[in-house]
Amino acid sequence: MKAARHQPIAYAFLSPGLALFLVFTVIPVFAALYLSFCRYDVIHSPAWLGVRNYARLWQDITNHGVFYLSLRNTLQYAFGTIPLGLALALALALLLNARLKGMGVYRTTYYLPVVTSMVAVAMVWMWIYDPSYGLLNYLLARLSSGRITPQAWLADPGQAMAAIVAMSVWKGLGYNTVIYLAGLQGIPEHLYEAATIDGANAWQRFRRITWPLLKPTTAFILVVSVIGASQVFAQVYVMTNGGPNNATTTIVHQIFQNAFSYLKMGYASAMAFVLFALIFLLSLITLRLTRAGQVEYA
Amino acid sequence: MRLSLTKKSILHLLLAAGAVTMILPFLWMVSTSLKPESEIFASPTWLPQVWRWGNYRAAMEAAAFGRYFLNTVLYSVLVTLSNLLLCSLAAYAFARLEFRGKNVLFVLVLATMMIPGQVTMVPVFVMLKHWPLAGGNDWLGAGGHGLLNSYPGLVLPAAVGAFGIFLLRQFFLTLPRELEDAARLDGCSEFGIYWRIILPLSKPALATLGIFTFTAAWNEFLWPLLITSKDSLKTLQIGLQVFQTQYTTRWDLLMAGTVVVTIPVLIVFLAGQKYFTRGIAMSGLKG
Repeated sequence: MKAARHQPIAYAFLSPGLALFLVFTVIPVFAALYLSFCRYDVIHSPAWLGVRNYARLWQDITNHGVFYLSLRNTLQYAFGTIPLGLALALALALLLNARLKGMGVYRTTYYLPVVTSMVAVAMVWMWIYDPSYGLLNYLLARLSSGRITPQAWLADPGQAMAAIVAMSVWKGLGYNTVIYLAGLQGIPEHLYEAATIDGANAWQRFRRITWPLLKPTTAFILVVSVIGASQVFAQVYVMTNGGPNNATTTIVHQIFQNAFSYLKMGYASAMAFVLFALIFLLSLITLRLTRAGQVEYA
Repeated sequence: MRLSLTKKSILHLLLAAGAVTMILPFLWMVSTSLKPESEIFASPTWLPQVWRWGNYRAAMEAAAFGRYFLNTVLYSVLVTLSNLLLCSLAAYAFARLEFRGKNVLFVLVLATMMIPGQVTMVPVFVMLKHWPLAGGNDWLGAGGHGLLNSYPGLVLPAAVGAFGIFLLRQFFLTLPRELEDAARLDGCSEFGIYWRIILPLSKPALATLGIFTFTAAWNEFLWPLLITSKDSLKTLQIGLQVFQTQYTTRWDLLMAGTVVVTIPVLIVFLAGQKYFTRGIAMSGLKG
């Protein structure tokens, strides 16, 4: 009887939110699945193609076409940003965790790029990367007394992705740091005290206490980073629009291009499901890898 | 842990070097926004030799920036308010009420967090375009542009979020039940309990969700890019592109525009920093 007590009123509380979920998430997921098996250009009604969109994607991958490039670039972005971002954030969090005056100011400063919009940040960095008048080339030339010649950065197919990676690491650093700081503050002080008494040096304390106890935090940051990196779009769209020569096009950039520039909405939906599968798989692998060897100290 | 003076100095040196790297692009943005064009295309200087405050007015006049600003404020405020209301209503049901299918529904809501927005973006776009009886459409959704280029089209898909429901439910579960039980005995309705007891007790969690939602909406790029093509509906993030053409970029005006886009969100962050870091820590600890 108790379970039924609140029923009508409970549905009244839930219905506005759940109705929106139904209309803007649940139904669209199934619609996207249907569209991924169709040819659809918005103007004509969808025409059933069977698995041909997926077959074309497979062909593209085996022939090293544009979708293959977007997959490769997205992975490059992920492997460029995630390990570097993680290591820098951990180092920074360890420094910020020392109880010193002025830590609040540092923390705020490191967080500024996180709250700023990706578009604004990307615009500023485009200007910094400008080949002729950019700050970066100027500073490099000054610091090397002219030995480093001006680089094209975003206009150079060999450097464009690296430039986007560097900017993205800069922007995301504060977020990972705050999560690591929260994790560090959850480690009981007495473990360090006991270890110090036992004669453990700083590296041993880090290796045996900090790092193992931060594993759940690291796992969380890794999963969030993997999901975020798989969906990289705004900075690519603003800074290079996928160029030069598709050197920076990413999966989401390809979905966007196919759906809204070429009006191949079925093909784009198939790409979106490949992305979905990729995110799911990568998150699962990350969780599996980080779950191994988890420790707890009572 | 007590640190020696040398160690303290090294620590400050490292942190300060990092902080300079973080702040430099912002200073460069502001400095560029105040330079005349002749100084921009010359050897870089940290400060403008001639301070061109007029760049800001020129930037605002280069496009319908006032309109973009208004649209961004409206979009961010509406998305924030609707998330606070709808997420808290649903969270109350999940935290406090008994009903059939509760666990299944909650898991389903959480599961939607795993679906990347890019999967649903195409069908939602198509659906909005063919929304019946809107934007010149007939009852079958044909003939007009539907909810594309409209405020409902911008706001509705972002009006509720699984993360918000989860965050608030977790918070509601920590609240003591005594007050509600007393109120229930006095004949207070469930909505009364939600509105007069739970919500006032949940101000910190609501502030966290509100600030998160507001900044995310203010900075949102992809959805407004898809849904707005008319100047009268564009947001700031989209509007910034007017300074970039295929051949030239007006860096002075673009940087002035970027400053204008950035300042409101920085103010919100600095004012609500406490809730910000708490929210991130909360989202991090569940992992």
